[in-house]
Amino acid sequence: MEDLEKYILRIADTSLILGQRLSEWCSNGPTLEEDIALSNISLDLFGQANGLLEYVSKLNGVKSADEIAFKRNERQFYNLQICEQENGHFGDTIIRQFLCDSYFKLFYLSLADSKDETLSALAHKSLKEVEYHLRHSSNWVLRLGDGTKESNDKIQQSLNQIWKYTGEFFEMDELDNKMLEKNIGVDNNNLKSKWDIIINKTLNQAKLSRPEDGYMMSGSKKGLHTEFLGKLLAQMQYLPRAYPNAKW
Amino acid sequence: MQSGKIEEIWTLLDSVPDPEIPVISVVELGVIRDVKFVDNEYIISVTPTYSGCPAVKTFQDDIKIQLKKNNIPNFKIDIVYKPAWTTEWMSKATKDKLMRYGISPPEKFAQCPQCRSKSIELISEFGATACKSLYKCSDCLEPFEHFKCI
Repeated sequence: MEDLEKYILRIADTSLILGQRLSEWCSNGPTLEEDIALSNISLDLFGQANGLLEYVSKLNGVKSADEIAFKRNERQFYNLQICEQENGHFGDTIIRQFLCDSYFKLFYLSLADSKDETLSALAHKSLKEVEYHLRHSSNWVLRLGDGTKESNDKIQQSLNQIWKYTGEFFEMDELDNKMLEKNIGVDNNNLKSKWDIIINKTLNQAKLSRPEDGYMMSGSKKGLHTEFLGKLLAQMQYLPRAYPNAKW
Repeated sequence: MQSGKIEEIWTLLDSVPDPEIPVISVVELGVIRDVKFVDNEYIISVTPTYSGCPAVKTFQDDIKIQLKKNNIPNFKIDIVYKPAWTTEWMSKATKDKLMRYGISPPEKFAQCPQCRSKSIELISEFGATACKSLYKCSDCLEPFEHFKCI
């Protein structure tokens, strides 16, 4: 696979898999408004993934965007591991979303300056949507963190549990460095200090303590995943695999 | 002169309604960025509103039907992402139409489309479609949708 294709797949898969996770809240949200909110965010993420996958498809020249999404196996996905983690309770989902949204905002801000015109245009578009996703998840972190003792305990635990997946946001491998050298890709290392500022501010306000960096999970850039991705893909890919070329 | 048809195409496009908000057309919505004639083909540049808005696919289909019905078979729809769609492209007249239809238009402050009160409260930033948020009027107590500014 070409370098650029693989680089874009990482971004696309991250949106696609998180979108699929969030879609599981559809009809299961704690309130009607929240159900709609999570489904809407899921839809935005699918849309962002679609734009990127269409681009990969164009570069590839053989496979359609749908084929790329539905006909790859676990080890061929490059999404960040945090995205495939199970929804858990509402607080677990909100913390995961908050950590991702803060990262997406900085990532797309940087990708907007990419020399690749399509990536830059897609980043500009995504940025507009990420802004209100982040507002939504931050507001919930504040409410749950600075809510009752129980809500604070629960969301603190959510934060502690998912923290080990945040290391991947800032990793750079050979491909990232190559893309950065060509002024196409993002310097992930560079996002860390800005991310810290966003995270620390909201966590402080929400009376939550930031976990210490301990062992950090890694591997998605090589297609290594946690046990949850396989089950997610089984559900997401069932229909196109069971009924190839199905139309509706 | 095939290129002379460009004006006619704009008029036809202006008769294609937004699938979710039929009171305004896709032209008024601001998603048609350009119509030009290149190599015997009309290129219609369209930009998506929200990345995941399902209406985007629907209005592309509607555009195809409308043009074919009017004997314009030689066209192609080209998706453009830059510049990203913004509600600032909506004219004052379009915003007035939305207000009359019962949707608070994309202005910085929402306004109740029923009683025009500006005393309102946000229920949720997310509504029935990607482009709208939910409000409630503090005067007439009616809930209403506000077209988000992006």
